[in-house]
Amino acid sequence: MCMGAQGQGLLQKEKEHKKKIRRRNLKRSLPIYLMALPGLTYLIINNYMPMPGIILAFKNYSAKLGIYGSPWAGFRNFKYLFATRDAFVITRNTICYNLAFIVVNTVLSIFVAIILSELTTRVKTFYQSVILLPYLLSAVIVSYLVYAFLSPENGYVNNSVLAALGKGPVSWYQEKNCWPLILIFVNSWKGVGYTCIIYLATIISFDRTLYEAAAIDGATRRQQIMKITIPLLKSTIIMMVLLAVGRIFYSDFGLFYQVPQNSGALFSVTNTIDTYVYRGLLELGDMTMSAAAGVYQSIVGFALVLGANLLVRKIDSDSALF
Amino acid sequence: MHTRSNRRFQIFGNAVMLVLSFNVLVPMLLMVSSSFTDNDVLVRKGYSFIPGKFSTYAYQYIFTSGNSILNAYGVSILLTIAGTVLGLSITTLFAYALSRKFVPGRGILTFIVFFTMLFNGGLVPTYINYTNVFGIKNTFMALLLPGLLMNGFHVLLMKSYFVAGIPDEIMDAAYIDGASETRAFFGIALPLAKPIIATIGLFIGIGYWNDWMNGYIYLTKRTDLYSIQNLLNRMMQNIQFLAQNSTSIVNAGQGLANIPSVSIRMAMAVVGVLPILVVYPFVQSNFVKGITLGGVKG
Repeated sequence: MCMGAQGQGLLQKEKEHKKKIRRRNLKRSLPIYLMALPGLTYLIINNYMPMPGIILAFKNYSAKLGIYGSPWAGFRNFKYLFATRDAFVITRNTICYNLAFIVVNTVLSIFVAIILSELTTRVKTFYQSVILLPYLLSAVIVSYLVYAFLSPENGYVNNSVLAALGKGPVSWYQEKNCWPLILIFVNSWKGVGYTCIIYLATIISFDRTLYEAAAIDGATRRQQIMKITIPLLKSTIIMMVLLAVGRIFYSDFGLFYQVPQNSGALFSVTNTIDTYVYRGLLELGDMTMSAAAGVYQSIVGFALVLGANLLVRKIDSDSALF
Repeated sequence: MHTRSNRRFQIFGNAVMLVLSFNVLVPMLLMVSSSFTDNDVLVRKGYSFIPGKFSTYAYQYIFTSGNSILNAYGVSILLTIAGTVLGLSITTLFAYALSRKFVPGRGILTFIVFFTMLFNGGLVPTYINYTNVFGIKNTFMALLLPGLLMNGFHVLLMKSYFVAGIPDEIMDAAYIDGASETRAFFGIALPLAKPIIATIGLFIGIGYWNDWMNGYIYLTKRTDLYSIQNLLNRMMQNIQFLAQNSTSIVNAGQGLANIPSVSIRMAMAVVGVLPILVVYPFVQSNFVKGITLGGVKG
């Protein structure tokens, strides 16, 4: 009797102990789940709820019936899209501009990063801050800055530069031949400060003794750069370029929409997939065509990101996104 | 010989950087100087680096006449503060939750965040979702919610900071002392994560201040909710519209009289970037840190 009571008491205690642990674990995880809840809710609303909406591209959309109620159209929307010249133009523009941006920005950023890393003056932090500044400006502001130069009536180029050269004014926002260069320039103006910082951080992390040894052996600054810095930078360059290639199907909407002032005369050189989707949705009201272009972008873009990352992971698993 | 080659390099390097810095600053100089130039001079001679005739009229107009500019400025400030506080809070909480190793389902949650970086529904489904399901068109929420509040990249960046930057021993010691999860978060993790919180907050804040797309897409009627970027954008469009659609010079003249004049346009752009320029020197180092942190991951 006495022993049994004691045993029962022990069992009870053990049970209580287990319960306590379980309760404590639950108690421990519960606040964590609560912490994740607001962020998770936002992702569901902002990212996951629109995802099934891509089926819109396969539907004959009617606003009354909604996405899910509208009748199926199969691949008809895509057929229409790719039958237009637009499909070719927007794909070409998106890819070609991105390739140009990658080449120009990579070369310029590395050039600037190497110079900054070798400068001994304290002014170099000033230089760095200045060239990063445009990265913080909105596309609207950038479009105003460009407008101050290129405005046909009041622009600096027409009124001061061309007038001084004795040339007549140019309607810049109608001249499509100039825009590839202008856009590449504006993109570098805005972006080089950013990528340059990444390269600079990499260069700074290099082993300085290599340079000292080379200097003792009589290597000039230029030789040090060509023989030490650039070879060591190679893997970072490959990584950055691959990641950029992974995003080659996406374009900076602000750059292509705001900076050319949405000027119709320039569409053949400024229309990218992003601006096409936007215009289809809100200016032309052609929702299905716009959705088809959007799905085209999402799916090819997805494949490219995956592919680029697979390559990156093969080269250096730490730099890969996954 | 070695020092001479070095000196030559220093001169060359400084020259290149001076040219580049100049190149960055020139457009801004043109904008600022034009905003201080008398409007009539601008109409005659165009924008220039030296004010032909100094005038602060543009700024007087902006800050005195009870027009939409001050209102838009207010919207931008409110939006940036609300967006940064809210966005930073949910990002930090989410990132911390993902960093706790004992929580069941942590891997799934991380994947849910990560997948948003790879794939998205695109503009059209997002637009339909926000307008038809949530009905935020023409409300302040339209500026606040779509896209900007939190993004997967920031969450994962912060999560890895929590994992790497806060030693398990410190957290364990806190638990042994009887600290609850919330207590450990607020008392230990949060103070240790200050640098990354500041950096991500900066990114979110700049994102809100510079955003024009949400207003452009979702505010079709409520122009009183325009942020400064939307107002700037609308002004430029009006000018373009008149320039492209005026059949006679008389019409164009009449139209142009109703919209802000040449100098006010630039003054508004100055006012639009001013907060960024004022804050920039103080946050610059934090920003650079953020870029290097994220840069490794693209």
